[in-house]
Amino acid sequence: MILNQLPALQVTLPLIAAPLCLLLRSGRAAWLLCVTVSTIALGIALLLLDEALEKGLIVYDFGGWAAPWGIEYRVDVVNAFVLMIVSGISTSVLLFARISAASEIDDDRQSLFYTAWLLCLTGLLGMAITGDAFNLFVFLEISSLSSYVLIAMGPDRRALTASYQYLIMGTIGATFILIAVGLLYLVTGTLNMADLAGRIPDLADNRTLRAAFAFLTVGMGLKLALFPLHLWLPNAYTYAPSAVTAFLAATATKVAVYALARFMFSVFGTAFAFDSMPLQLILVVLGTAAVLSGSTIAIFQHNVKRMLAYSSVAQIGYLMLGLSLATAAGLTATLVHLFNHALMKGGLFLAVGCMAYRLGTTRLADLAGIGFRMPWTTAAFVIGGLSLIGLPLTAGFISKWVLVQAVLENGWWPLVVVIVVGALLAVIYIWRIVETAYFRTVSEGRDDFVEAPLALLLPTWLLIGANIYFGIHTDLSLNVARLAADFLTGG
Amino acid sequence: MSSSFFLALAVLAPFAGAALVGFTGSRPNLRESVSLVCGIATLLAGLFLLPTILAGHRPSLLLATPLPGVPIAFQVEPLGMLFALIASALWIVTTIYSIGYMRGHGEPHQTRFFAFFAIAIGSAIGVAFAQNLFTLFVFYELLTVSTYPLVAHAGTTEAKRGARVYLGILMSTSMGFFLLAVIWTWNLAGTTDFREGGILAGVASPMVIGILFALFAFGIGKAALMPFHRWLPAAMVAPTPVSALLHAVAVVKAGVFAILKVTIYVFGIDLVHGTRSTDWLLWVAAGTIIIASLVALHQDNLKRRLAYSTISQLSYIVMGALLANASGIIGATLHIAMHAFGKITLFFCAGAILVAAHKTEISEMNGLGRQMPITMGAFLLASISIAGLPPMGGFWGKWYLAFGALDAGYGVLVGVLMLSTLLNIAYLLPIPIRAFFSVDRSTTAGITEAPVACLIAIGVTTTVCLVLFFYPAPILQLVGPLVR
Repeated sequence: MILNQLPALQVTLPLIAAPLCLLLRSGRAAWLLCVTVSTIALGIALLLLDEALEKGLIVYDFGGWAAPWGIEYRVDVVNAFVLMIVSGISTSVLLFARISAASEIDDDRQSLFYTAWLLCLTGLLGMAITGDAFNLFVFLEISSLSSYVLIAMGPDRRALTASYQYLIMGTIGATFILIAVGLLYLVTGTLNMADLAGRIPDLADNRTLRAAFAFLTVGMGLKLALFPLHLWLPNAYTYAPSAVTAFLAATATKVAVYALARFMFSVFGTAFAFDSMPLQLILVVLGTAAVLSGSTIAIFQHNVKRMLAYSSVAQIGYLMLGLSLATAAGLTATLVHLFNHALMKGGLFLAVGCMAYRLGTTRLADLAGIGFRMPWTTAAFVIGGLSLIGLPLTAGFISKWVLVQAVLENGWWPLVVVIVVGALLAVIYIWRIVETAYFRTVSEGRDDFVEAPLALLLPTWLLIGANIYFGIHTDLSLNVARLAADFLTGG
Repeated sequence: MSSSFFLALAVLAPFAGAALVGFTGSRPNLRESVSLVCGIATLLAGLFLLPTILAGHRPSLLLATPLPGVPIAFQVEPLGMLFALIASALWIVTTIYSIGYMRGHGEPHQTRFFAFFAIAIGSAIGVAFAQNLFTLFVFYELLTVSTYPLVAHAGTTEAKRGARVYLGILMSTSMGFFLLAVIWTWNLAGTTDFREGGILAGVASPMVIGILFALFAFGIGKAALMPFHRWLPAAMVAPTPVSALLHAVAVVKAGVFAILKVTIYVFGIDLVHGTRSTDWLLWVAAGTIIIASLVALHQDNLKRRLAYSTISQLSYIVMGALLANASGIIGATLHIAMHAFGKITLFFCAGAILVAAHKTEISEMNGLGRQMPITMGAFLLASISIAGLPPMGGFWGKWYLAFGALDAGYGVLVGVLMLSTLLNIAYLLPIPIRAFFSVDRSTTAGITEAPVACLIAIGVTTTVCLVLFFYPAPILQLVGPLVR
């Protein structure tokens, strides 16, 4: 039955489609293939999520080789949820990408672009679905290498240095993760995550194991842009093509957060991560620093994309704060924010993409009066911004509510202050744009632009609309996140 | 038709109006008709609900449940009914006034203005009918956001700066304190519903009650309790109809209304009265009353003077809530209504003076009474109402508040109210007096009375102020059940 092969198809389908895409000379055809595959991947992810909600755990032995010798895919509510986010965002952003990428990337490189996209999708989906630590590293490299390519395709030559910077940092991160995986293999003799989880408790005080955990945390920290390892992120997001920024901002860091959470809660276990290792202190301090510094720096940016990039650094801080609580409630907050933040940052970067498409720039000064010329685009940006701030009736509010609840449950009052201050800083940086867009007149010589085409507006509003929908109906986001958190914490 | 239909209509009509205003933007007469029709629909829906409420029923409506146990739902009770009726009735009057003002003053972006105006009113109605704290918070925030474009309307540096202060203070207090208080309440009581007798009795120590109440009192920044009052003078850069309806009625009253509602339905009067750990806030309110009045004395800009007067008057209502006895609550509720009609009249007059005479500073208004007798006459009457003297409606609010203060054993607060009355007279009455009796008429040549639409609005609200002195009974009948 093909339905039994879904876990394998989830990853192999985009992987096989990638070289096929390369063979297609026409950018249009490559896009069509890419969007089809991504949609099918979304369908598979939804089927898997449905099945995982029903059964709890789906185990798939790759190639029929049983674990621990073969590679095992383990799908539960947690990673099915992540698979859904990744493939859903990929599909919505691809709908946007056809026109947007065509305006930013040369015709003869279009099929390369979509090939890299498919590989990146493969890598991210693979990271989420696999139950094997080494396999996770492989997929991480696939996604990273292809994202370096995607970023380097940005319309500005500075995209090359941004990509190079990311390449260096990303490679250090990947190496750290590889070292961690090697050390784990050294002390436990297995690479299968479930196996590892069984053997680690006996080795609790093993120094090699501690080293492995440290390498892993730092490596993942680099990939997920945990403050102060985030330095690659602002340039990468700023100079990448619009669609790539939206895709990576909404998925790449999220998958790394998932992987970190998976290692913390399932593989090493909370007892090791929080009692034997000082992870709690590290996450609280770095998370707080990320929220406050990221939001503050965002206020002073002159480029909207860069501003949103620093905002992402801050949002990752919230995710880390949720993890640091080491409770089911905290993990719920992180997972639901994973989902909601993907929606808001995806929507916001697409709205900025619309502006870039018409104006050819994302500098704040050039956006003066854009609210009158591009009303739908600007309205989308404002709603996305309100969601980022966490106003009620938006997805962002749900995240905030759950996170504050979780923090109160632990009685960590100072963190409430951090969260509140972060939201207020968000008000400031979003409002700079609102003021520029609505209360300044269009600058001289820049009055020739009109509203973005429908093909760009529709995907943008799809994600922005989702921000409102999931601010009111939380069955899919919050309930699944709660189930997933209970699963991970073994509740 | 069922009462939940009217409930839905009352909340939705303004939002539908906003959309329709957006679509009819190119035809100003049609656009303003839409605003009027929606205002009338909202008011009628409220009036249809009124008999049900008076009969003791509490119609409700569930919209959605975004978080388990925390629905977005509406339920009408007397206090909300009163607030909604005031807001929707004055919306109609203000729309008539706005037509005269906005056109007479040649304001740009009128479609945006009327659309956001409607959203703001819809949000205020949402606040009025909220069934739980969460819903109230949702519409409270919506009210903040939707009024921002109205404050920044002019688009000048000054307007933007004012709007920034406005948004900054309201957002930081609501996100920092109010939301925290809501979540904390949820943690303590397991619900955020408004229930008769409160939901916090027996689940929190007196100290927690004190802190939580302070979070509400300061977090609901729209009540303008010092030191979080600066947004209100800053908002005066807005066009006058905004200052009139929103910053004398809808927005600020949403603030004090929320505090009253929290006092009655979240804490419960008995709890607030019993624990005494909230009494220190009485002195904050008393201080706000006196200090804001003193500041008002020194303002030469008419709208700023009125803004500080509003800050002072809002604290009457906060004080009434904190007294937490029958007279205090009744006084606070009456004052919501009385101050609304009085202060909106004053703002209407200020706007009329701006449109007809292009004057904003009080020192330039000498002798204006000859040219604008209706406006200045109305200003005089409304000033008397604000000061709380007979024969104007404002008298009753102060009367009950004084009794409330005596009942609670705070004779000093009666003194505060008296002193405030004197200060009100000192900062309001000189304006009409100088307008009528000044001999210096050098600056008033060539000025005529304000547009008719403005005068109609002024006439209506002034008359209501006068009528409410003789017939406060309907309001008392409506809000009586609150303290039984």
